Amino acid sequence: MSATTDPAPALRMEAVRRGFRIGRRDVVALDGVSAVAAAGAVTGLIGPDGAGKTTLMRLIAGLLRLDAGRIEVLGVDVARDPLTVQGRIGYMPQRFGLYEDLTVRENLDLYADLQGVARADRTERYQELMHMTGLGPFTERMAGRLSGGMKQKLGLACTLVRPPELLLLDEPTVGVDPVSRRELWGIIDHLTRNAHMTVLFSTAYLDEAERCDAVLLIHEGRLLGHGMPGSFTAEMAGRGFSAAAPGIGRRRLQAVLADVPGVIDAVIQGSAVRVVTATPGPPDPAVLAPSLPGLTLVATPPRFEDSFVARLRARGGVSAAAKVMATAASPAQPRAPGDVIVVDHLTRRFGAFVAVNDVSFRVGRGEIFGLLGANGAGKSTTFRMLCGLLPVTEGSLRVAGFDLRTAAATARGRIGYMAQKFSLYGDLSVRQNLRFFSSAYRLTGARQRARLDWAVAEFDLAPILDATARDLPLGFKQRLALACALMHEPDILFLDEPTSGVDPLARREFWRRINILAEGGVTVLVTTHFMEEAEYCDQLVIMAQGAVLTAGAPEAIKAGVRTPDRPDPTMEDAFIAVIEAAASAPAIAA
Amino acid sequence: MNGGFSRLGGLLRKESLQIWRDPSALAIAFVLPTMLLLIFGYGVSLDARNVQIALVVQHPGPVASSFTAGFAHSPFFRPRRFLAIQDAEAAMAAGDVQGIVWLQSDFARLALGPGNAPIGVIVNGVDANDARIIEGYVQQVWANWLVARAAVAGGALPLSVQPRVRFNAAVSSRNYLVPGLIAVIMTLTGALLTALVIAREWERGTMEAVMVTRVTMRELLLAKLLPYFVLGMGGMAGSVAIAVFLFGVPLQGSVWVLTAASALFLLAALGMGLLISSFARNQFVAGQIAIITTFLPAFILSGFVFDLNSMPTPVQIITHVVAARYFVAILQSVFLAGNVWSVILPNAAALALMAVVFLGLARVIARKRLD
Repeated sequence: MSATTDPAPALRMEAVRRGFRIGRRDVVALDGVSAVAAAGAVTGLIGPDGAGKTTLMRLIAGLLRLDAGRIEVLGVDVARDPLTVQGRIGYMPQRFGLYEDLTVRENLDLYADLQGVARADRTERYQELMHMTGLGPFTERMAGRLSGGMKQKLGLACTLVRPPELLLLDEPTVGVDPVSRRELWGIIDHLTRNAHMTVLFSTAYLDEAERCDAVLLIHEGRLLGHGMPGSFTAEMAGRGFSAAAPGIGRRRLQAVLADVPGVIDAVIQGSAVRVVTATPGPPDPAVLAPSLPGLTLVATPPRFEDSFVARLRARGGVSAAAKVMATAASPAQPRAPGDVIVVDHLTRRFGAFVAVNDVSFRVGRGEIFGLLGANGAGKSTTFRMLCGLLPVTEGSLRVAGFDLRTAAATARGRIGYMAQKFSLYGDLSVRQNLRFFSSAYRLTGARQRARLDWAVAEFDLAPILDATARDLPLGFKQRLALACALMHEPDILFLDEPTSGVDPLARREFWRRINILAEGGVTVLVTTHFMEEAEYCDQLVIMAQGAVLTAGAPEAIKAGVRTPDRPDPTMEDAFIAVIEAAASAPAIAA
Repeated sequence: MNGGFSRLGGLLRKESLQIWRDPSALAIAFVLPTMLLLIFGYGVSLDARNVQIALVVQHPGPVASSFTAGFAHSPFFRPRRFLAIQDAEAAMAAGDVQGIVWLQSDFARLALGPGNAPIGVIVNGVDANDARIIEGYVQQVWANWLVARAAVAGGALPLSVQPRVRFNAAVSSRNYLVPGLIAVIMTLTGALLTALVIAREWERGTMEAVMVTRVTMRELLLAKLLPYFVLGMGGMAGSVAIAVFLFGVPLQGSVWVLTAASALFLLAALGMGLLISSFARNQFVAGQIAIITTFLPAFILSGFVFDLNSMPTPVQIITHVVAARYFVAILQSVFLAGNVWSVILPNAAALALMAVVFLGLARVIARKRLD
């Protein structure tokens, strides 16, 4: 960011500090954050859940008091004159701030009244906004009956009724489908390029960094980096490689490479493993991993995420990932052929609404199978039916040969389930949670003690055994939740949005464990709206509006949308292409 | 107040649309009071009627019959006859009868002669209130019998009692309970209306979005107060109509006094709701706090059932911060006695003070901030 183009930044933060009292504990949400955001640019506030993004947004909007430091918005001290600042900025909170029992038009009217837009100017402004957001045909619809993507756009339109000088968007893209996400970015580009608006955009999706003009990377309340996205990736130049070795599976390869000294990151991407090294320059494969004959390394361009991982590692953030078990967590079952999960023409209706529409798929033993889709695509409904929590309307399903809705408890005992948001008992300690879940799975006596010891050793829980679950960082909660789901050594594991919002290291650690479980013969079914997580799956289905749009291996799905001008499509490209193809296809007779 | 009218107007319009579309506010304002009035109005009565009573007549005869006939013809009693006192006591222990009237074997002889005829009266004292009422009724039956006997004998009692009941001529406890009940119910609905709708805005994240505009806290509070004041007055009118037309409670005083007092009271109740909403940010907590801090004190400490003067002094002092206390006094006066200004004015002044205090506190505490 050159300071010469605009001497007066739209936003200036100096040593911002803010803590909260949670129960009997003081938590520092933001600690000494100093940064500026240039006028007329998009600044991305990027970090995992719990990093302090929302707190910072609220501080800037004058909704919270500072403990220390100073925030200047458009030259005004927020602490001194919040009302003036609030009159000049636009703020879209995480849930969009819409009145669901008001129509699109009535929501716009309300915000126009609140922001003092003259009646004479409204018609023209509404037309512009409706054109920009594509909501024109829906002005009389209740906001509560819009899709997630449309709500997001209406929320944006409401904050834009009177063009603000600074627009604050708090995680507008969470859980929204990739098509809506791309459209939102189109609107933001339009606003900054043509209307010279300044935008502060918070997100937990690291891949959105590259769309911003500048990035503030925050983690655990501290600023980890600040600069143009290019400057983050530039640090990582020459350190990214795509590794492949003959005769060794990608999961095995990843596990080996992740433990090699000098490798700071190894993740599965397609059929290869993407490796990031500690120092630039092509390493000698033979030196890097002598145990892997025929290892080839091909340089790949750096990504923003590489830089985040490197910074976390540099801060000593070597999580337990480094010592993730070599021992398989589960009884190594022979990879018997046959399908563990069979779903046949599954349909679920709620009244007239079809939540899941004629879905079929099969999952083999030891396979990681993904259900990929935006919020509201029908993933969770499918999941609940598989777990036996919800009756099916039509079709059939079998899990390990049983319909869990009617099966005996013994059949259910073969399933481990990790719910979205982890469903731990927040008031209990880590030890008590483990003990409770093991009892719930009917473990007693010596077996229970053995499994408790196993969980503590395997998940490195000893230092936090007496901590209250509620107070744990997200990554630890996730680890504990997985430990609880594995107490009874299930051979089928259901994971509902397991890693949404956790930091990249915690996510890597989590997936390493899952990979090892799958290698040991555990069948894993996972729902996610993280496109990159789909890479870990052996097979996946992409769902939208209750229906399966496409199914297959991630590589095959990506290959299916390859075009001359897009030789190496990402999972997100594939998703968008599939959804667009479904939308443009001739409507199937109802 | 530049643009303030436009902002307030927008908020009021939004609130009205929501009230109209979302049945929950209308339910709290109209359905809840109606239900509570019907349940309490029909179910709660402090009058003892059809009391099961045991008559033990050890030696039946014309004198004893003339005495027991008084019970058989009374609307208050359902007498059951026993021959032995032991059987009657067993029935009372089993809860089948509430009291025993025991005419011993020498009743007739002694009643006709000089001296006192022995009548044993045993009352189940578990419910002290009922026990006292039964005792009173038994004595009344007895007195009537004595008067009748004196008339037959040609003599007369040295004095005659002519009871005359003022302010509730029918001596129906319903006439006295229903007005008090209206106060209790309106306390709950008033506080619930504002506390819940604001908590709902916190829950849904709309409050956060609205706050980051030029709107002021005063406008936000007014936009909640005005629509729910109108709604609460509607609920109040409905309750009064039920009291007068369904339960036949007389309305002696003027409708205007009733309206003015209700308005004052509703402002205090809504102010309480606003106050609750400034620290309860979800509907469940807001509902719990509203019930515990408004409904229960109004029920117990307003004088609607339990007489304030018979409470211990510390409790009496506490009752002074219960808004319903003042409203109960006004309502009972307006309904049963008429416009008794010496009751209405001081109580109305207390209500006005409480409205000012609650609304003022709500305004002072409310901050355009999340912390």
